Amino acid sequence: MTDPNRERYRIRETAFYLFTQQSLPACKPVLTPGWVITIFLFMGLIFIPVGLVTLRASHSVVEIVDRYDIECVPESSRIDKISYIQDDSIPKNCSRFMKVRKYMKAPINIYYQLDNYYQNHRRYVKSRSDKQLLHGRKYHDTSSCQPVELNNGQPIVPCGLIAWSLFNDSFTFIRERAELKVNRKNIAWKSDRDHKFGKNVHPFSFQNGTLIGGGKLYPKIPLSDQEDLIVWMRTSALPSFRKLYGRIEEDLDVDDVIVVNLMNNYNTYSFGGKKKLVLSTSSWLGGKNNFLGHACIIVGCSSLVLAIVFTLLHLKYRR
Amino acid sequence: MAAATSRTRKGKIRWSKLYSFACLRPSTSEERPADRVGQPGFSRVVFCNEPYLHKKKPYKYPYNNISTTKYNVLTFLPRALFEQFRRVANFYFLLAAVFSLFSLAPFSRASLIVPLIFVVGISMIKEAIEDWHRFLQDLDVNNRTVKAHLNNGVFVDKPWKDLRVGDVVKVNKDEYFPSDILLLSSSYEDGLCYVETMNLDGETNLKIKRCLEASLCLNEDEEFSQFKAKVRCEDPNPNLYTFVGTLEFEKESYPLSPSQLLLRDSKLRNTDYIYGVVIFSGHDTKAVRNSTRSPSKRSRIERKMDHIIYILFSMLVLVSLVSSIGSSLFLKHDMVDWWYLRLPDGSSSEDDDDDDLFFNPSKPVKSAVLQFIRALILYGYLIPISLYVSIEVVKVLQKMLIDKDIELYDEVTCKSVQARTSNLNEELGQVEMILSDKTGTLTCNQMEFRKCSIAGISYGGDITDVDLAASMRMNADFEPFEFSMDETNRGTRSFELFEFSVSGFSAQNGNARLLKTEEPVIKGFNFRDDRLMNKNWIHVPNLSDITMFFRVMALCHTGIPIEDDNRITDKLSYEAESPEEVSFLIASQEFGFQFFRRTQSLMVLKEFDPSSMKEVEREYKLLNLLEFSSSRKRMSVIVSNEDGRFFLLCKGADSIIFDRLADNGRTYEQATALHLSSYAEDGLRTLAFAYRELEAAEYEHWNKIFTQAKATIGPEREELLEQASEMIEKDLILLGVVAVEDKLQKGVPECIDKLAQAGLKIWLLTGDKRETAVNIGFACSLLRQDMMQFHLSLSREAESNKEVKWLLFLALQAIEEDILQQIQSSYKLLCEEGNNEAPYGLIIDGKALEIALRGNVKDEFLQLAVNCASVICCRVSPKQKALITRLVKQYTGRTTLAIGDGANDVGMIQEADIGVGISGMEGMQAVMASDFSLPQFRFLERLLIVHGHWCYQRISKMVLYFVYKNVAFGLTLFYYELYTSFSGEALYNDWYMTMFNVMLTSLPVIALGVLEQDVSSDICLQFPALYQQGPRNVHFSWSRIIGWILNGVVTSLVIFLANIYILSPTALQRNGFVVDIDSLGAITYTCVIWTVNCQIALITHHFTWIQHLSIWGSILLWYIFLLVYGALPPNLSGNAFQVLIGVIGPAPLYWTITMLVGVVSLLPYFVHITIQRSFYPMDDHIIQEMEKCLKKYDARDNEMWEREQRNSQRSTNIGFSARVEAKVLSFSQQMQQKKLCVGAITSLQKQIDTRQIQLALAQAEVMHLRFRHGYGNGAG
Repeated sequence: MTDPNRERYRIRETAFYLFTQQSLPACKPVLTPGWVITIFLFMGLIFIPVGLVTLRASHSVVEIVDRYDIECVPESSRIDKISYIQDDSIPKNCSRFMKVRKYMKAPINIYYQLDNYYQNHRRYVKSRSDKQLLHGRKYHDTSSCQPVELNNGQPIVPCGLIAWSLFNDSFTFIRERAELKVNRKNIAWKSDRDHKFGKNVHPFSFQNGTLIGGGKLYPKIPLSDQEDLIVWMRTSALPSFRKLYGRIEEDLDVDDVIVVNLMNNYNTYSFGGKKKLVLSTSSWLGGKNNFLGHACIIVGCSSLVLAIVFTLLHLKYRR
Repeated sequence: MAAATSRTRKGKIRWSKLYSFACLRPSTSEERPADRVGQPGFSRVVFCNEPYLHKKKPYKYPYNNISTTKYNVLTFLPRALFEQFRRVANFYFLLAAVFSLFSLAPFSRASLIVPLIFVVGISMIKEAIEDWHRFLQDLDVNNRTVKAHLNNGVFVDKPWKDLRVGDVVKVNKDEYFPSDILLLSSSYEDGLCYVETMNLDGETNLKIKRCLEASLCLNEDEEFSQFKAKVRCEDPNPNLYTFVGTLEFEKESYPLSPSQLLLRDSKLRNTDYIYGVVIFSGHDTKAVRNSTRSPSKRSRIERKMDHIIYILFSMLVLVSLVSSIGSSLFLKHDMVDWWYLRLPDGSSSEDDDDDDLFFNPSKPVKSAVLQFIRALILYGYLIPISLYVSIEVVKVLQKMLIDKDIELYDEVTCKSVQARTSNLNEELGQVEMILSDKTGTLTCNQMEFRKCSIAGISYGGDITDVDLAASMRMNADFEPFEFSMDETNRGTRSFELFEFSVSGFSAQNGNARLLKTEEPVIKGFNFRDDRLMNKNWIHVPNLSDITMFFRVMALCHTGIPIEDDNRITDKLSYEAESPEEVSFLIASQEFGFQFFRRTQSLMVLKEFDPSSMKEVEREYKLLNLLEFSSSRKRMSVIVSNEDGRFFLLCKGADSIIFDRLADNGRTYEQATALHLSSYAEDGLRTLAFAYRELEAAEYEHWNKIFTQAKATIGPEREELLEQASEMIEKDLILLGVVAVEDKLQKGVPECIDKLAQAGLKIWLLTGDKRETAVNIGFACSLLRQDMMQFHLSLSREAESNKEVKWLLFLALQAIEEDILQQIQSSYKLLCEEGNNEAPYGLIIDGKALEIALRGNVKDEFLQLAVNCASVICCRVSPKQKALITRLVKQYTGRTTLAIGDGANDVGMIQEADIGVGISGMEGMQAVMASDFSLPQFRFLERLLIVHGHWCYQRISKMVLYFVYKNVAFGLTLFYYELYTSFSGEALYNDWYMTMFNVMLTSLPVIALGVLEQDVSSDICLQFPALYQQGPRNVHFSWSRIIGWILNGVVTSLVIFLANIYILSPTALQRNGFVVDIDSLGAITYTCVIWTVNCQIALITHHFTWIQHLSIWGSILLWYIFLLVYGALPPNLSGNAFQVLIGVIGPAPLYWTITMLVGVVSLLPYFVHITIQRSFYPMDDHIIQEMEKCLKKYDARDNEMWEREQRNSQRSTNIGFSARVEAKVLSFSQQMQQKKLCVGAITSLQKQIDTRQIQLALAQAEVMHLRFRHGYGNGAG
């Protein structure tokens, strides 16, 4: 009856004994030339196909980029763009033409891209209150939102620099006189929409102060449905970034010309930022980026070369 | 009852009569120092038997308790904390934690404070435990008891700690003295007692102390009821050999000298009991004063680690400077335009309560300073905070593994090797010099009677271990040739071969046996020779000489027989001044000359009478005893036997005796001298025996002179006595020599051999006299016969000079000159013949050493010593041992290891980089002061060559990896700053970063530090030269360190750039989402985790399941953490909410990047090691490879294996192997000579035989060549 127990105990004892005697069974890999060559070959054989596949995926993505921040300022105002953009009386609408060079399959992601915009600045990143976004005015401690915290003693919802500087250019797309349907839903992360932005939280006292930053919010719509804000609040990691605006849910054919009517509201002129509009399809791997594919192929090729070099050296200087 | 009375009777022998001179000569200069009593420095007053007077000032002296702990309850916290924050890295993190309280830090408070508390806490707990053990040891010592006088002559047991100055104590035989005690009386009538001062100065012979005549009467308990006296003496000081004071007793004042002072830590021997008064107690005792507080030692790697930390710090400061300058430039030129930041406008900030000081364009300098501080904290990941604590954890585990190693367990004493401090483990792998004590360390302090040469015939076997090994080796190759035709057993054959070396001798004595070394049945007697044993000596020629020889052995000594109450046989055991004498007495008893009674003037032997074949009792009158002293080197007794004939029996050093032989006493001189040298080479101690018959008249005449000399008082007394003894100790007749073995501890020669092969130098430092030291040098193969020996000692006139006008500067200078000259000439010789590779041994004695270690001679001496194959220092004091250790350490800059067992080695043990104590039979002082304690010397081999090597490798790999991992991680944070306009935003979530050092990368590195093995333990022992990696520091050289830092830089660049370029600015997945800070951070961080954990997998050679679990588990743990952290409600997890399952997990790009970045960032290192292994392999690489390749066959038989093994042994001049090699060489030469002669004879007889022999000789030569190139492989 006690035999199995004792047996188990004995084994445990033995294992501990082996440990204390530092003689636990061990595998001791040794990098012999054979192994080295095998490993390099193997790496080459893995990375070259992976590189080719990713490169193919990247090539399958069609991307149209249009920088509009300069063109959309009337010739007369180009000397002093800042006063132009700050003057509310001047209408800011502008039309751009984009030519589709390659067939684009729906859904086509619409991005706006900002360059030289430091959304990752520490002062900027910290200036938000996640709790307020979720709980609204019930949550009082908004000290983290400085310097956009209060307006006339009233807390601002949503508070903080990020929300305050909301991007507010808007785009409409027309193809052959017909407006393209742009889906502006599901552009934000689902987890954000569901859990981080309150369903009952409505903007309050937003952009009412003396200094108006960026865009306004619809006071009636809860924050969880204001996806532009949610997207904007996911601060970008680098000073040059794209943010999803919406999706065109129709395919675009080659040589289609798309007219973009946009409201050029957002001030990037004071700090020399660029604004671009990007239409891009996506592959299973995401957007258009050849870097990964090239890197893989380079690594794969150099592994193969190393394998060959090692083989030759090994044959020549055999130990 | 009867036994007790006989004991007392024996105890009451008046020893002062036996010791006719030299032991206690009345000092002539006694009065002078006593005059100084009462003056400054000599102000101590002790009221004997009135300890209560010492309870209050001005006579308040400390209690007798001692404390060696570092902390007490109160001081622990502040002092331990102070110790912790003395470490630069810890202090830095303390500052960071303090700053975090003021919102300066870029991280949350908890993420800075928690790791710090963790790290410091663990270290402090370790300190506390170590101090607690010291406390327990103190407690043990303090609670030992001693009989102390209470009142009215009643003695009670009192713990040592409660003893006060003035207490009268009674110390029994074999007890330690609890404090420094003034001897009042002893069990011997004349107030003598024997003291063993082994623990103080390492000398094994017993010292005689004698009380004042005045206090002789106080030899019963009752006497002390009324006893009162007053002692005035010197203040406490560390000088062991001086004591100045006066005893005021019964209104008389008597001067006191060192011979009345019994020192703490010495032991009462051969004396039943003594009475004494406590003079110095506790920390005032000379022993305690002599001990220095054990310094906290740090290993070389740890010291170098500090430098690495400094490098990393400068990196940190540099990148912080770049950040802060960059930040302020941005702030001044660009940021003001960034309206979306709404920076406080310097001019109109009054309405804004924005106090963001980091970004205040009106105060760019202040902002820059603040940014600098923040950056220092932000890039703190460059400094491995967990390095110290990980190392500490690893070392404790390593220590545990060392302690638990079954191979380091001694069954005899049931003790195991103990690493007493764990912070020197890796230092064990870097030792270059071993400074060893002799007695108790190499030897057991036990003498064994081994051989003797009587009347020109050697008894007790002639074959030494070295000869045996050499002849066996040679024999192995003669296997096909039956060299000896008639006998076929192996033993005879090797003996046959042996004839070549011991020419002509064994041919005459065919019955000499080859002896197997067995444990002797009788302690102190390891002699096997049937010619003498069992009374067979009666058949040997020269019977009269033999009996005389045994008589000298049985009579010429100072020993006394001990009647053991519960003995079975009629054999007696003996006690004497030195263990040699005991072994002689035992031997003579074995031969049938039992010394069984001694009275005042009578020595009684039970002799075996060869004529009557019966045992007869014979009485010898002891007329005079000429004492042994180190200058005389001989001892004589003059006895008269029952027939009224007078004999002078003399024993002494061979050179002394040979000088004093009569012309007709030199019959055996030649043969004996031959035996002497062969004994000496075996490391046996030899003494020559001689006698002389005296005419009655001659004796009477001499006795008058001698008595007169003895009665003389004054400085010339000694000289007169010397002259008197010279008169009688001449015209001796040589009987023979005896050889006793100072028994080496088990495995010592083998261990020394292995250590020598591993390239370690071994110095012998001993308090014993030169002859003994040299003998032991031979016995453990530190010296050998063909070694050139340099003897450094003071010349005779210098020595006498020294005594007469010691203080004269001129004399001193002359001595210095003399020594310098000796050194220089020796060194010249060494340089001249350096090419010959002839080994040199340096033997220096304490007095010469004292001069040699002075300022200007020092360097020359050390230069010479370091270049000698072995160095033996004899008659050195404990202080000198420590001094040598320090100088060697400083001069050579090598790692030294000191090993010893007694309190006299404590200084040396503390001074050396690593102190090792033998936890054998002697006191605990050495062990207490040591860093490692071994039960036996032989364990040093495994401790150094296996554990030392492993620990060195482990710790250095570990530290380098730590540096790598923190550089690789910390720099990614810095690169990111370049993209955030140096605003101080971190790429990763706070908690990811906190987890980095604590959880995600700590376990693999600990597993590496504890379990990594480059080669297994038996291969370490087979390839001792692998050990050289440590002393040469190949694994922790600056090039390696820089290499690893660069590797970290490359890794960080690869990880960061690849992530930036792949992920920005396009979509991460099909639905078009792009990465934000949090997802980019998580992806980059994943790459970091993969890379650093795979890197450690590349470093590791030895994968047990523990390593696998920790490495792959750590990676898995990261994903689990990400999952769990992301699953927490958003107000806890912030922006990391559901980042894995919601965003990055579903993206194939994420997994592809991880794979690519992981591989690419490891590629440089991988290519480096493959190139190194394939084209510039190191020793361990080759061995690993061979181990792997040859596993299928029996690797050990493979030729390549043998060749490598041979190459891996360092050519060495010391050690058993070296001796065997030398012997093989000399055998071969002898055989070659013999070949000519044999050839000449046999050509007349049989030509075929000649051919056979020639063939054999050719074979021998081939073999000899092989041995020359690689000895040891066959013998192992």
